[in-house]
Amino acid sequence: MKEKILEILKEIRPEFEFDGVEDFFAEGMLDSFDLMTLVSTLDERFAIKIDGTEILPENFMNVDAIVALVERSPKR
Amino acid sequence: MKFCFKDKAITGMMVVVPEQERLFADDMRLFNAPENRSRKLAMVMGYRAHRVVEDGVCASDLAEYGFRKLFADGKLKPEEIDALVYVTLSPDHFMPPTSCILHGKLGLRKDCFCTDISQGCCGFVVGLIQAFQLLEQKCIRKVAVVNADVISRKVSPKDRNSYPLIGDAATITIAENRAGSGYVLADVRFDGTRSMALKIPAGGFRQPCSSETAIMSADAEGNERAPDNLVMDGTAVFNFVMADVPPMLADLVRDAGTDFGGIDKYYFHQPNKFMLQKLAEKLDVPYEKMPNNVVENYGNSSGATIPSAMALNDAEALCRETRRVCFSGFGVGLTYGGIVMNCGNLDFCKTINYPNKGE
Repeated sequence: MKEKILEILKEIRPEFEFDGVEDFFAEGMLDSFDLMTLVSTLDERFAIKIDGTEILPENFMNVDAIVALVERSPKR
Repeated sequence: MKFCFKDKAITGMMVVVPEQERLFADDMRLFNAPENRSRKLAMVMGYRAHRVVEDGVCASDLAEYGFRKLFADGKLKPEEIDALVYVTLSPDHFMPPTSCILHGKLGLRKDCFCTDISQGCCGFVVGLIQAFQLLEQKCIRKVAVVNADVISRKVSPKDRNSYPLIGDAATITIAENRAGSGYVLADVRFDGTRSMALKIPAGGFRQPCSSETAIMSADAEGNERAPDNLVMDGTAVFNFVMADVPPMLADLVRDAGTDFGGIDKYYFHQPNKFMLQKLAEKLDVPYEKMPNNVVENYGNSSGATIPSAMALNDAEALCRETRRVCFSGFGVGLTYGGIVMNCGNLDFCKTINYPNKGE
């Protein structure tokens, strides 16, 4: 799953290497617009429904946080 | 604040959108972001085209055009209007009230009650509640609720956060007493502690417009705007909608004696496609029951989006049959509210273009 998430992040912002980064937002690698694109792509690729109240920067700040979110999100 | 009314109905709707259309493909050239990122965002948010007024056109110009069309088509007579509720965040002037300007231009009766309400995203819900309250008076039989805004005039074209989603429009909704319509349940809530999440900082008495308030600067995400322009904390507004709106609506439908499955159609304010899809998921409502295509066709026109969604998607059906509907508006204020009522068999429901004047 981690590789697939890294692939998605790279599609959104190809100019950055995301692996090992602690906070994508603090590093300026993702902004609020990218977040919407990321949520939509994760929903589609993993066939999940990320709850609207979970769309907070802390749930997308690094790969581990995203993996945890994808795992706890209900399937479509 | 919860409201309950009996035998109140919407009997007609007219939507007026500017003929001038701007395409997202053109807008994105002004943004400080690579085109491919903007294109991805457009797909998620539903950005495609939006209708904006030409320079100098006011919201009341759109509304006046709509009224004159209704008068010309014999759908409405000026002398029938007992009250005019004008809901806007873009008044023609600080004074007089824009409802009074329209009153004069349209030749309404001197005993026609006129009022302006300063509301935006929840303005249809607030305006309709005001109309239903007025209809409790025996002397008031027909109320015209106008939701009109030209917010595009206050949004920086270099603001990727707001410009591509903004649209201008005016809508006219006729409310009347109609025996057998049943109960109308409504709820409106406010959170003024977060009132600055969506604002136009300059232009009022607190910070008048000046040469300094027109100076543009870039935010952390590269959006350029001035204090004269609209600014939105998109993340704060999104989180507010996801956290506060669903419980309010759950209360409302329960008070109406039903549940989310018992509503035929959800006509909600149209901030963007992504937010509406997430809201539909949160309520466990199929996307088909909650239209989300106003932003991609006209843009978000503040309080005018709910009638716009109705006329865009279901004009014929709304004139032919009655449905159990849920309206909901949420945003500036922060204000959020909903109405559950029977709606249909309208005398008219249509969208017209306000023609371009300049060349």
